[in-house]
Amino acid sequence: MMEEAREGSLSVSVQTIRVTEAVRDGDALTFVVISQKLSGSGEYHVARTHEDFEWLQQCLFSQEVVPGILGVIFPPLPAKPQLNAPTKVLKQLGFLAMGEDWRTYCRALETYLQQVAAHTMLSKNKCLENFLTSSEPPGRQRVRKGIFNRLSQAMDGMRREGHKDVDDFFQTERDNNLTLTGCSKSATERFIDVVLTEQKLAVACGHFSTSLHLCVEQEEDSTVLAFSKICVKLSEVIDSIKRNFESVAENNLSTMGLGLDLESRYQEAEKEMLYRRTCKLVELETASRNAERAKPVKKAAMDELKVAAEKEFDHVSGVAKQEIARFHSARVELLRQALILWCEKQLETARDTSTRYSQHLQAFKELGE
Amino acid sequence: MAAEMEPPPLGDAGQTDFREIEDGEGLFVSTVTTLESPEPSSPDPASMPAEGISTNSNGPKQEDISLDDDPEDLFAEATEEVSLDSPEREPILSDGPSPAITPITPTAMLTPRMGLGTAEMFERSLDEIEEDDSGDIFDMHIAVSDPEKVGDGMNAYMGYKVTTKTSMTIFSKNETTVRRRFSDFLGLHSKLASKYLHIGYIVPPAPEKSIVGMTKVKVGKEDLSSAEFVEKRRSALERYLMRTVKHPILLKDPDVMMFLESSELPRAVSTQALSGAGILRMVNKAADAVNKMTIKMNESDAWFEEKHQQFENLDLQLRKLHASVESLVCHRKELSVNTASFAKSAAMLGNSEDHTALSRALSQLAEVEEKIDQLHQDQAYADFYLFSELLGDYVRLITAVKGVFDHRMKTWSKWQDTQLLLQKKREAEAKLQFANKPDKLQQAKDEIKELEGKVQQGEKDFELISKTIRKEVSRFEKDRVKDFKVVIIQYLESLVQTQQQLIKYWEAFLPEAKAIA
Repeated sequence: MMEEAREGSLSVSVQTIRVTEAVRDGDALTFVVISQKLSGSGEYHVARTHEDFEWLQQCLFSQEVVPGILGVIFPPLPAKPQLNAPTKVLKQLGFLAMGEDWRTYCRALETYLQQVAAHTMLSKNKCLENFLTSSEPPGRQRVRKGIFNRLSQAMDGMRREGHKDVDDFFQTERDNNLTLTGCSKSATERFIDVVLTEQKLAVACGHFSTSLHLCVEQEEDSTVLAFSKICVKLSEVIDSIKRNFESVAENNLSTMGLGLDLESRYQEAEKEMLYRRTCKLVELETASRNAERAKPVKKAAMDELKVAAEKEFDHVSGVAKQEIARFHSARVELLRQALILWCEKQLETARDTSTRYSQHLQAFKELGE
Repeated sequence: MAAEMEPPPLGDAGQTDFREIEDGEGLFVSTVTTLESPEPSSPDPASMPAEGISTNSNGPKQEDISLDDDPEDLFAEATEEVSLDSPEREPILSDGPSPAITPITPTAMLTPRMGLGTAEMFERSLDEIEEDDSGDIFDMHIAVSDPEKVGDGMNAYMGYKVTTKTSMTIFSKNETTVRRRFSDFLGLHSKLASKYLHIGYIVPPAPEKSIVGMTKVKVGKEDLSSAEFVEKRRSALERYLMRTVKHPILLKDPDVMMFLESSELPRAVSTQALSGAGILRMVNKAADAVNKMTIKMNESDAWFEEKHQQFENLDLQLRKLHASVESLVCHRKELSVNTASFAKSAAMLGNSEDHTALSRALSQLAEVEEKIDQLHQDQAYADFYLFSELLGDYVRLITAVKGVFDHRMKTWSKWQDTQLLLQKKREAEAKLQFANKPDKLQQAKDEIKELEGKVQQGEKDFELISKTIRKEVSRFEKDRVKDFKVVIIQYLESLVQTQQQLIKYWEAFLPEAKAIA
């Protein structure tokens, strides 16, 4: 009763897909997704929850008919945000949980949709069209498990991860991926620590500034007045320092932080694909062995199985090779944009802050002269 | 004075506790009463033993305290960590007369005038000192530098070079360099405190002792924290000396000049807290605290009432500020550590990256982060040495200010007690008029005469200390404004500089990021 994923094309322009805001509704978040019609005649405006996103992802996984689908690097979907547990959600989501009003999280969802919509195979899935354009929330119909089962089976027994590859290209890719996944995860975690400390510094400055205000005396005496004035002026300086830390932290998390997070999750996605292929390889090798050792009675059947496994494996490898090429250029572009934006924002903040500090310095030099 | 006393026959235990209160000869110093007056026959007009406290030369002799010169004394230069709240912060007053017996100023001619209280003589000379500028504007710079470890093991100590540059005429040379150790500084403070605190001068407190810090240095631990400790101490010693010489009276004190100019100084031993003198100090401190609570002063001067309250408030505020800044310094250090850590992982990411341009950009990123880390460290250093230490200095200074207010209370109390005693003596004399004891009557009359003089003196002392405190508070408040302003400007300049550097780093990085194809 559930429609098979049909060939179709997306009716919206990929680059215009936006997740503009997150609306809190009790314990759940609803995201506003906007996209422009390709025909130019307007836009689609829909509200989706995280369950809806999950439904989309599962739809994509369950495209059985597409040969070699296992070779696809599926764009990673961010985990569901826990609203009432700030420390847990930070552990789980990292940078995506930081920043105001879930802005960073929305950006991550946006990237996800854009990546799906830009993917030649995935974008043809009717579910995507449905997701982006239907005013009704996509039904919470049970998606046929199908391939999803096989996928999850594949993910069990990670012992196959170290299985030697028959193809140098893939072996190298698997090794690099392993290193990069570790590096980017580590870099992300350490950058989170940096941003958290910057936020702590902003709070400490706030306390300092407040304490300074407590030193102000209502006094007639001119020297005591002069000291009070100094305290007030100093608290203004400390407020500037505070604002600087807040900006720097915000810049960090919304550009480089987000970039590192995306890179990290994207690398994980590649890892999963490579693993699926490795599992297929193991299947093929098993089938080959079986065919070799088969008794004449079973030989024909075993041979058939072997041929089928071979065919599937080749399909998957073919798709995988293309995906890997796409993946590399996509992630370089992602990081490039993140680095440029980060640098530009920090430069702007640094210049603003420098001006403000210079003004304070001037004001202090002129005090009481 | 001695003529009036009947020394108890030896071995007669029954009479040993009956003494005229003013006679302290051979007695243990009474730690509770403050009625003892300075010995008028003291050969040293410049040394003013504070009443009732350990400075009384009739107190336990140095020889009884064997720990002072004990070379095995592991804690020769250190005590427990002294926190901002520790009672040890109270000034350590010198035992015995100061070795600087020469008159206070070499220019003013002082002739000891018999019959006058030494306080009055002192007052005159100090007033003269303040007005006698000899045309000298304050121009002095003291640097404490070159910390060098002398000796080995637990007897080791840090020697510091003290360089004084000045154009003022009261100093014999334009530039002098001497070597001093920490206990020398403590000794100087101790002498100044015993001379000036009790007459109302705010003597800048010496830097704190530290058992943890010094032990590390002694055992030769050459790590970052002991280097930091030495630097912190060096800076504190420098600030201490500068504050001391900025005080117009203290600047001209012979002990100060000797400290800055003599090549050799007698070792100050009674500054060791765990010595017998140190323990005695603690006992007296406790007794003092009890005493403070029992003095109820009738404050006739609203100014003092207000100022006292103001300083109580200021104390609390400054401590709070200090805590805020310490927290700031702590977080900044944490930021530095985290930034360095991130820089390393960014470098690793760059190394593992195949794409050449991206790899280079990531490596550049790592370098930028490392430089930023250095900026964080520099800024933390500024936070600390500028603000935190300034606030700490002022918290300690406030303690000295409060001490001076307390001394005024004690002075008043002493005056009042003397008056009460006079009253009693008068009543006793009246009674004696009717008893037929001409000897006793004469004795009573003599005592009354003496007490009348003392009451007069007490009043004068009180007026003097009140006057001095007013001046001192005014000077303190002016200096405070100047001090803070100077430090804040320095701090802002460091902030501006850091930002400029940061801008340069980002500007250099941007083309690298854009170059990724």
